[in-house]
Amino acid sequence: MALKIVKGSIDRMFDKNLQDLVRGIRNHKEDEAKYISTCIDEIKQELKQDNIAVKANAVCKLTYLQMLGYDVSWAAFNIVEVMSSSKFTYKRIGYLAASQCFHESTDVIMLTTNQIRKDLSSPNQYDTGVALTGLSCFVTPDLARDLANDIMTLMSHTKPYIRKKAVLIMYKVFLKYPESLRPAFPRLKEKLEDPDPGVQSAAVNVICELARRNPKNYLSLAPLFFKLMTSSTNNWVLIKIIKLFGALTPLEPRLGKKLIEPLTNLIHSTSAMSLLYECVNTVIAVLISLSSGMPNHSASIQLCVQKLRILIEDSDQNLKYLGLLAMSKILKTHPKSVQSHKDLILQCLDDKDESIRLRALDLLYGMVSKKNLMEIVKKLMLHVDKAEGTTYRDELLTKIIDICSQSNYQYITNFEWYISILVELTRLEGTRHGHLIASQMLDVAIRVKAIRIFAVAQMATLLDNAHLLTGNMQRNGICEVLYAAAWICGEFSEHLENPMQTLEAMLRPKVATLPGHIQAVYVQNAAKLFATVLKSQEGNTEGTPAQETSQLMVERLPLFVQSANLEVQERASCILQLVKYIQKLQQKDVEVAEEVSALFAGELNPVAPKAQKKVPVPEGLDLDAWINEPPSESESEDEQPKAIFTREEPKHSRPRHTEVDEKELAKRREVRKQEQANNPFYIKASPSSQKVYQETHGVEHIPVVQIDLSVPLKVPGLPMSDQYVKLEEERRQKDRADKKKKKKEKRKDKRTGRGKRHDSGPESEEDITPAHMVDIVTEEMPENALPSDDDDKDPNDPHKALDIDLDKPLADSEKLPVRSHRAAEALKSPGEDGDAVSAATLEPRKKRSKEKREEKKKDKDGDRKKSKEEKKKKKHKHEEKEENLLSGQADEPVVQSEESSQVAAPPTSTSAEVSDLDFWLSNAPVPSNTQEAATVAAAAEAASVPEAVSGTAPDSEPEEPKDAEMEETKSSKHKKKKQKKEKEEKEKKKKKKHHHHHRHSDAGGEESVQNGTVEEEEPLPSMSNYCLLAENSYIKMMTEDADQVYDIQGNLQDGSQVVVSVIFENKCDSFLKSMEFNVLDSLNSKLQRPEGSGPHDGLTVPFQLPPGVSNEARFVFTMQSIVMPQKLKGTLTFIVKNDDSSTHEKLDFKLHFTCTSYLISTPCYSDAFAKLLESGDLKSSSIKLEAVLMPFHHLLARICFHHHFSVVERIDSCASMYSRTIQGHHVCLLVKTADQTVSIDAKCDEPTLLGNVLDEIKQTFSQC
Amino acid sequence: MIKAILIFNNHGKPRLIRFYQYFAEDMQQQIIRETFHLVSKRDDNVCNFLEGGSLIGGSDYKLIYRHYATLYFVFCVDSSESELGILDLIQVFVETLDKCFENVCELDLIFHMDKVHYILQEVVMGGMVLETNMNEIVAQVELQNRMEKSEGGLSGAPARAVSAVKNMNLPEMPRNINIGDINIKVPSLSPF
Repeated sequence: MALKIVKGSIDRMFDKNLQDLVRGIRNHKEDEAKYISTCIDEIKQELKQDNIAVKANAVCKLTYLQMLGYDVSWAAFNIVEVMSSSKFTYKRIGYLAASQCFHESTDVIMLTTNQIRKDLSSPNQYDTGVALTGLSCFVTPDLARDLANDIMTLMSHTKPYIRKKAVLIMYKVFLKYPESLRPAFPRLKEKLEDPDPGVQSAAVNVICELARRNPKNYLSLAPLFFKLMTSSTNNWVLIKIIKLFGALTPLEPRLGKKLIEPLTNLIHSTSAMSLLYECVNTVIAVLISLSSGMPNHSASIQLCVQKLRILIEDSDQNLKYLGLLAMSKILKTHPKSVQSHKDLILQCLDDKDESIRLRALDLLYGMVSKKNLMEIVKKLMLHVDKAEGTTYRDELLTKIIDICSQSNYQYITNFEWYISILVELTRLEGTRHGHLIASQMLDVAIRVKAIRIFAVAQMATLLDNAHLLTGNMQRNGICEVLYAAAWICGEFSEHLENPMQTLEAMLRPKVATLPGHIQAVYVQNAAKLFATVLKSQEGNTEGTPAQETSQLMVERLPLFVQSANLEVQERASCILQLVKYIQKLQQKDVEVAEEVSALFAGELNPVAPKAQKKVPVPEGLDLDAWINEPPSESESEDEQPKAIFTREEPKHSRPRHTEVDEKELAKRREVRKQEQANNPFYIKASPSSQKVYQETHGVEHIPVVQIDLSVPLKVPGLPMSDQYVKLEEERRQKDRADKKKKKKEKRKDKRTGRGKRHDSGPESEEDITPAHMVDIVTEEMPENALPSDDDDKDPNDPHKALDIDLDKPLADSEKLPVRSHRAAEALKSPGEDGDAVSAATLEPRKKRSKEKREEKKKDKDGDRKKSKEEKKKKKHKHEEKEENLLSGQADEPVVQSEESSQVAAPPTSTSAEVSDLDFWLSNAPVPSNTQEAATVAAAAEAASVPEAVSGTAPDSEPEEPKDAEMEETKSSKHKKKKQKKEKEEKEKKKKKKHHHHHRHSDAGGEESVQNGTVEEEEPLPSMSNYCLLAENSYIKMMTEDADQVYDIQGNLQDGSQVVVSVIFENKCDSFLKSMEFNVLDSLNSKLQRPEGSGPHDGLTVPFQLPPGVSNEARFVFTMQSIVMPQKLKGTLTFIVKNDDSSTHEKLDFKLHFTCTSYLISTPCYSDAFAKLLESGDLKSSSIKLEAVLMPFHHLLARICFHHHFSVVERIDSCASMYSRTIQGHHVCLLVKTADQTVSIDAKCDEPTLLGNVLDEIKQTFSQC
Repeated sequence: MIKAILIFNNHGKPRLIRFYQYFAEDMQQQIIRETFHLVSKRDDNVCNFLEGGSLIGGSDYKLIYRHYATLYFVFCVDSSESELGILDLIQVFVETLDKCFENVCELDLIFHMDKVHYILQEVVMGGMVLETNMNEIVAQVELQNRMEKSEGGLSGAPARAVSAVKNMNLPEMPRNINIGDINIKVPSLSPF
C-alpha cells in the first residue's frame, strides 16, 4: 500500500499539470487538435490510476479542454471521484469540473447526493461553500428534492458566508423542486432582515427573482420591502428592490402612490446613475399603473422625461442607450411627453452605434402622426439603403411596417403610397422578412377596398418582374411576396388591366424554382385568372383567343403536375383536367366562361386571428361529455382514440366527387345561376372587362424579350414612393387652400374678424384627410364573442410551476422530505397553527378598517370622481369574496402535524402581513411609515393567535373546537342583541365604522362584529391583550402594549422601543375633540415626542371622536432597562362638545409595562435552541402552577399569546418555547404538565427579567 | 439572472467560459463565436450593451461587455439585472483579478483558468450575484488559497521541479512569450 503511494507520487512527477498543458497547446499551434488528442490519451491513463492527486490534476486539465470545446462527459465518473476527495484542493477541482460539464441528463449525478450532503454538513465552511457553488450549477430535480432540507438548515448557518450561498441556491432549488417553495419561504423571508448585508442582499435577490415571474404572490411583502428600501444604503439591494416594485405596481396601484414620493426623493438625491435610472424606470411603471388622468402626476412624468433627456444627451453612450430604453416605456402611456423630444430621438437615429439606433427606432413608433408619417418613413427608407448589416436593416424593415400598420393603419392617409413602400421594400437583398411584407400586402389589399385596383396593378408588375426577386435563389425569404402578389392578382383579377399578361407571367417555367407553397398559390390563382380571361375573351366576337388561352394552360400546367410538392401537383392536375374539359366544350362552341368563373365566386372577408377561439360554447353543449357510450375497460386502449380522430378530419375537407350525369349537371347549373343572380357578391361579367381585353388584344402577340439581370434595376413600371410624398404634399396644400377658401367665404358672410389666425400656422392633425375614402374593413369576430385576454401565456415557462400562493397556511402534507430513519412524532404547535389560520380570519377585519378609512376619505374630499370610487368598490367586492373564501377555508380545522419544527419554520408574521397589506396601503403616508408598518404587522400577529386556536382542532379532541366556535358565535350574537336593545342608534353607526382591532372572528359572516370594547371572558378562543386603562362617563381607554419595534438598524442599545396601542371609545352623546395624551416620563421610560416639543408636552391624538365611536392611537415609548416592570402615570385631556356648550375634561390613567411586553415572539429552530441551551450562558429558574384545568395546547396558546412566546418543539405533554426581548435577551421555557400541575423551567441570560416574566405567567394563570 | 459569462481575447480565443444554463460543448463554442463576432466589430466608444445574440437567450437577454486591452469580458443577462450594475460588476471582477494576480494580464488568465474560476465563484453563483464587495471577495479567495497551500497544493514542489526540468529539455520552448501590450489596464472608473 505504502509502496503504491510512493509509486503514485513518482508517476505524478512526470505528469503534465494544467500549465504544462496550456504551454503545450500554445507550442503546437499548427497541429493543435493532434496534440490535444494525445493529451487526452494521457489524461485517460492518469484517470486510471489510484492516486487521487493524479486524478485531480487530470480533471483540472479536462476542465480546460472543456473550455476549448471538447466533450469531457466521458470522465464524469472520475469527476465524481475527485469531488469526493477529503482534501479541499481536490474537492474544489472536482466541483469546478462538475459545474462546467454536468447537466440534468448526466447519469452519475445521482451518485453524488450523499457526497454533497456530507460536504454541506462539513465542519469546514469552504467545503460547504464549494459544494453549494457546484450544486448551484448542476442541481437536478432529484438533488433538489433530496437536499432541500439540508440547504434550508444552512440558511441559518452561523457563518454569513454559508448563509448567503445557501439563500441564493434556494432559488435554483425552487425552480427544480417547486414543492419546496412554501415550506422554505418563511425562513427565506426572515433572511431579508439578516444582520449580514451580504445575506440580506442574497435574500432580496432570490425573492426579486421569484417575484418577477409571479408578482402577485409577493404583494404581501411590499411593506417589508418598502422598509428595506427606505433603510438600505446598499445600491445593489436598492436596485433590486426598486426593480421589484416596478413589477409589483401594475398589480396594486395604491402601492404606486405610496412609492412615488420616496422614489422621487431618491431621484433627486442619488449620485449613482444606476440607481437613478432604476428609480426613473419604476416611477414610469408606477405612472403606467396609475393610468393617465391623474393631473398631479404630470410633475413626476416631467421629472422622468427631463432626467431621461439628460441621460440621452450625455456623451456616455451607455447612458444614452438606457435613456432611450426607458423613454420607450413612457411612450406607451404618455406619448405626448415623449413627442416633445422628437428632435433628440431623430438625432439618435443617425448615431454611429447600432444599439442606440435600434432603441431610437423603437421610439419612433410613438412619434408618428398622420402628418409626419411619410416624412419619417422616407428617412427610414434612406437608412435602409445605407444599412450594411442585415440585422439592423431587417429591424428597420419591421419597424417601417410596424409604424405604418399600427392601430389599424391609423396614420396612413394614402394607401397608394404605402403599397409602393411595400413594393420598394421587396427590393431589399437577403431580408428574412419576406413573409411580413407579403402579409401586409394581403392585409391591405383585402381590407382597403379602394386600393385594390392600384394594388393589383402593382402586384402584376411585381409578378412580371419576378425574376428580379428570384434571380438569385440565395435571396430567399423575399420571394414570399410573390405569394401575396399571385394571390392578389388572382383574387381581384377583375381589376387587372392585362390579365393575359399576368397569367402568362404566372405560368413561366421559372416559377418551378419557387418554393412549393408559392407554386401552389400560383397554380390556383392562374386558374382564377384563367376564368377572368375567359370571360373577357368570350364576350368578344372572335373565338380563337379564348381557345388559345386554354391551350396555353394545357401546355404550361404539366410542368406543375410533375412537381415534387404534393400540394402543387394535386392542384395542377385538378386544374389541368378542368381546363382540358373546358377546351372540349370550347371546341363545341359552348360558352363556358360563366361557369368557370362561378368556381371562384364569393367574397373573402378578413377574420380576426382569435375569432375561432372566441366563439362561445352554446348553452347546453358539453364538449367533454361522451357522444357515445365510453368504451368498456376491456377494450384495448390505444385503438379507440385513433378511431375517434381519423373519422373526422380528412373526409370533410374533400367531399368525394361522384359521377353525375349530364341532366343532373344541367339542373345544378340552373340552380347555381339562380343563386348567382341573387348573390350580391357574385361578380357578373361587366362591360369594362371587355374594354380591357380590346386594348390588350394587339399587344398580346408581341414577343417580350426578357432580360435576366442579377442586378436589380429600377423597373419603370414600379412607382417610387417618393413621388407620392410629393403628390400627397400637393394634395394637402390644395385641401388646405380649399378649406381656406371656404373659410374665407364664410367669413365674408359674417364679417372679417380677427383675420387669419389659422391659415399660416402648421396644419393640425384633423386637417389631413385621407387621399381616397378608405374603408378599412375591420376583422370579423363571431357574434357574442367572449371578451378574454388570457390567451397569451407561455405554457412551457419553468416559472409557472412557481406560481404558488405563499400566503396560504402550510398544510401538513407540505414539508420538505427529511432524511430520517425513525418516524418523528406528530406534534402540533399552537403558535404556528394560530398564525397560519389567522391569515384568513384576520382578513375581514382589515378590510373593514380599510372601508372605514375610505369612508373618511370620502368625507374629506368629496370631489373625487365617482367612477373611481365605483371602481374601488368593485375591487372591494372582489376582495371580499376572496376573503370569504379564505375564511371558509380557515374554519375547517387545519391540523398541522410537523415532523420536526426544523422542517417547516413557523410562518410567524407572514399571515399577519398579508392582511396588513391593505391597511398599509390605505394608510395615509406618515413620516414614520416604516415603523408603523412593522408595528401593525406585529399587532396583527399578536391578535391573530386566539382566533387561530378557535379554528384549530387538535386531532385528539375533534369535537371541542366546534363547540367553542358555536359558543363564540352564540355569545357574540347574544351580546349583540343586548347591545341592540341598549343603544340601537349607536350600533348603526358602529356597523359602518368598525374598528379594525376588534377581536372576534367573524363566524357568522354577515353578523356584525363587536368592537374591541367588549371585555373578553369568553371560553378560551378569544384572548385579548387589551385591558381597561381608564374610564369615566365620557371616555374609555383600553390599552395593549404588545407591540415592540426595535430600530431598523438593529441597534439595540438606543433603539429599544415599545409601542402602546390605545383604543379610545366615546361613551357619551357628545363630540370629543382636542384629545391630548400625556405621560410623566420616568428615568427609564420616555414617551417619544415629536422633535422640538418639550419633555412635558402632551401628544395630540390624531383624531376626534363622534358619539359612540372608537378609534385607536399608538404611542411609542423608549426604554432603557427592560428587566423590571414599569408603571407610568398619565393624563388624557379632551374637550366635550355639545350642541350648546363645550367643556374641558380629563382622565388619569396608569400605564403598566410588564416584562412580557418587552418580549417579541421570535421563531427558533430546534437546533439553534439546543445550541442556545448548551451554551451555558443562561441562568435558570422555575415555577410550578397548580390546578391548571385547561388542556395543554390551550395552555401553550395562552403563553404564546399573552407572553409572546413561540413553540420550538412539542412532544406529548412537554414543550419547549422561545422568545426574545427587544434588547436581545433569550428566554427559553420548558413546559411540562402532569395531572393538572404544570411546571415551567426557564432559562434566560438576565435573571431579574426571567423572574419577572415567570411571575407574570403565574399571574396570568392564577386569573383563570 | 446572469445566463453566461464569457471572457475571450481580441481574436476570439476563449479564456474563461461559464454558462449558468446547460449548452452542449459545440453549442458553447458557437455562442462564443457569435458573441465574439458581435462584440469585436464594435468600436470602443459605443455603448456596452448589445442585443441580438440569436443563440443565447432571446429578446429578454442582453449582452453587457467591457473591453480591457486584449480581453473582452461579456456577461449575458436578462432584464432582472440592472445594466449599469452589471457593468460595475465586471469592473469589480476585473479589479479583483488585478488584486489577486497582482497586475493581471492575459497570460494570468491563460495559465490559471482554474483560479479565475475560483474568483468568479465568489462573485457570481448559479447566475446570481453573490458578492459585490471587492475586499470580501479577495478575503474569501485568499482564505481558500491558504487552505489549499496548507494541504500542499495541487502541484507539489517536486512536480514543479520536474516540470522545470522537462522545460529545459525542450529547446523549442520560447523562454518568454512576448505578446506585446497584454497588461489589462484597469481604468479607475467612478464608483457605481
